[in-house]
Amino acid sequence: MKRLSWFNVTSLTLGFAFLYLPMVLLVIYSFNASKLVTVWAGFSPRWYGELMQNEAFLDAALVTLKVAVASSTLATILGTMAAYVLVRGGRFMGRTLFSGMIYAPLVMPEVITGLSLLLLFIGIGMDRGVLTIVLAHTTFSMCYVSVVVSSRLMTFDRSLEEAALDLGSSPWTAFRLITLPIIAPAVISGWLLAFTLSLDDLVIASFVSGPSSTTLPIKIFSAVRLGVSPEINALSTLMIGIVTIGVIIASLISKRNSLRAQNDAQAAERATG
Amino acid sequence: MSQTVFAPWADPDQKPLIRFENVTKKFGEFVAIDDLSLDIYEQEFFALLGPSGCGKTTMMRMLAGFENPTSGRMLLAGQDIAGVPPNKRAVNMMFQSYALFPHLSIWDNIAFGLRRDNKPKDEINARVEEMLKLTRLEKFARRKPHQISGGQRQRVALARSLAKAPKLLLLDEPMGALDKKLRQDTQFELMDIQETTGTTFVIVTHDQEEAMTVASRVAVMDEGRIIQVATPADIYEAPNSIYVADFIGDVNLFNGTTSPEGDDRYAVHWAEGHPPLIATSAQPFSDGQSSHFAIRPEKIAISTERPTETANVLQGKVLDIAYLGNISTYHVALPSGQIIKAQTANTRRISRRAITWEDPVWLSWNATAGVLLDR
Repeated sequence: MKRLSWFNVTSLTLGFAFLYLPMVLLVIYSFNASKLVTVWAGFSPRWYGELMQNEAFLDAALVTLKVAVASSTLATILGTMAAYVLVRGGRFMGRTLFSGMIYAPLVMPEVITGLSLLLLFIGIGMDRGVLTIVLAHTTFSMCYVSVVVSSRLMTFDRSLEEAALDLGSSPWTAFRLITLPIIAPAVISGWLLAFTLSLDDLVIASFVSGPSSTTLPIKIFSAVRLGVSPEINALSTLMIGIVTIGVIIASLISKRNSLRAQNDAQAAERATG
Repeated sequence: MSQTVFAPWADPDQKPLIRFENVTKKFGEFVAIDDLSLDIYEQEFFALLGPSGCGKTTMMRMLAGFENPTSGRMLLAGQDIAGVPPNKRAVNMMFQSYALFPHLSIWDNIAFGLRRDNKPKDEINARVEEMLKLTRLEKFARRKPHQISGGQRQRVALARSLAKAPKLLLLDEPMGALDKKLRQDTQFELMDIQETTGTTFVIVTHDQEEAMTVASRVAVMDEGRIIQVATPADIYEAPNSIYVADFIGDVNLFNGTTSPEGDDRYAVHWAEGHPPLIATSAQPFSDGQSSHFAIRPEKIAISTERPTETANVLQGKVLDIAYLGNISTYHVALPSGQIIKAQTANTRRISRRAITWEDPVWLSWNATAGVLLDR
């Protein structure tokens, strides 16, 4: 192993401290025995216990999870369809306009997206609740899915689909049996992206949520305005933990896949000499 | 045992399996296929040969149903197939990239087309086993495409496209990804399989040797048009144009004007101060018509002494000798500056070479050795 120079060590330390110090503090204070957030009074897991008793937080967590699953699933279906049409549709009328319009929400300020959706829901007389949040989240996360899936479709060997057609499958069967299984990793990561976007969205959700449908970010944000409680630290630590585990699993899966492909290729080389 | 020669194109009673009638295909302003008419017969091994961009792949994609002609008619067994989607045609294609489904095993790849027809299970099993046996892939049935070698993948692609027993099999540069030795073996294997199954094969290739080896007839294409359709031997020995003569193999060309000498014999005046070349031609040429005399290097004899019996004799100096093992090619400069290639087979082992660089030599051939071309 090469030793790093003092300059590299310093810049590495500073960089990581900048990124992770706030989170480390949060994790440490979530185990604080004291009710006062800034005063350390010894280690205790009591706030985790209290969190489990807090109905309001649990309800909000449930709403968030429901919204995230529903909206990311909807966004994945719509986004994949949009990507397919844009990559495979050829040069139809207004194609450039369509692709521009699909990617516009990526750069649109969230406040404006939220406000315009609110106006729409009021205009058509739709009661604000879980459904409106799901629709709003689908709207803005769909374009992320579309970006991820279309970049995979662009490198997809079109002759695979043609071969399926040639062997007698209808265009839909070819998509279902050939295209979808091959682009599945991109579709899944699109879904995960939409899921995390929905999990931590505060701005749009606060525009379109109703009294019965408070999501976790809204709950945390309003609770913090009354003062930071150790319970919130505990809750945030749990969220960090969940996200970390998710990221580790995802990277392990992709690493194992590439390793297996490499081994297979080597085995094939050996077998055929 | 007498064997009838396979030549359905020469029999006016034969109905073609495929007929192109004045087919034109345009992509925007670009004309890929230009008013092309062609008949291909059952059980033929037909090669479309030409440089890249000549339209051969477009013709294949039109046969498969991925493109539709802009105008003209395409008939398959008498039926107009314009507008019939690829999944409704009794035509299968072997793709240049093989297009094997990476997430399916070899077995499932071959069974894919059969399953689309909702055939009974044991029928599918029997057919897949038959295909695996035909292509000698039994051992690899359970593997995925990335777990086998390039040559095996090529055979899987062939087995998959043959599994549905199509009327017509299209092969798009089927050996493009194989190395030379493997390619030669595969060519003969392909011919065997074609003979066993009796399927009509249409192969697209830019490799003239490959087309000559496998095909019953070859169509030489250029810029969306067919320049000549003939058997490999006719394409080589009786090309109809400089383009074909030059595209297939090596050729020496003399440009000049012709004067008829009677009995299908013509004199070609090709250079001031040289005697005219004598050539025979079934195609008539008028007096003073500009023409091109084409002759293959192996038809030219090279000697140190002046031959007396042959119709055409030229003197020159050896410029270069390319020794290829089985043959040697001599590059001979004529006094006019033109360089002529002459080839001899090295039939004797390490024979003393009679001719070397800078030697004055005589080149000779008789009147029927070359062809006279008007374009």
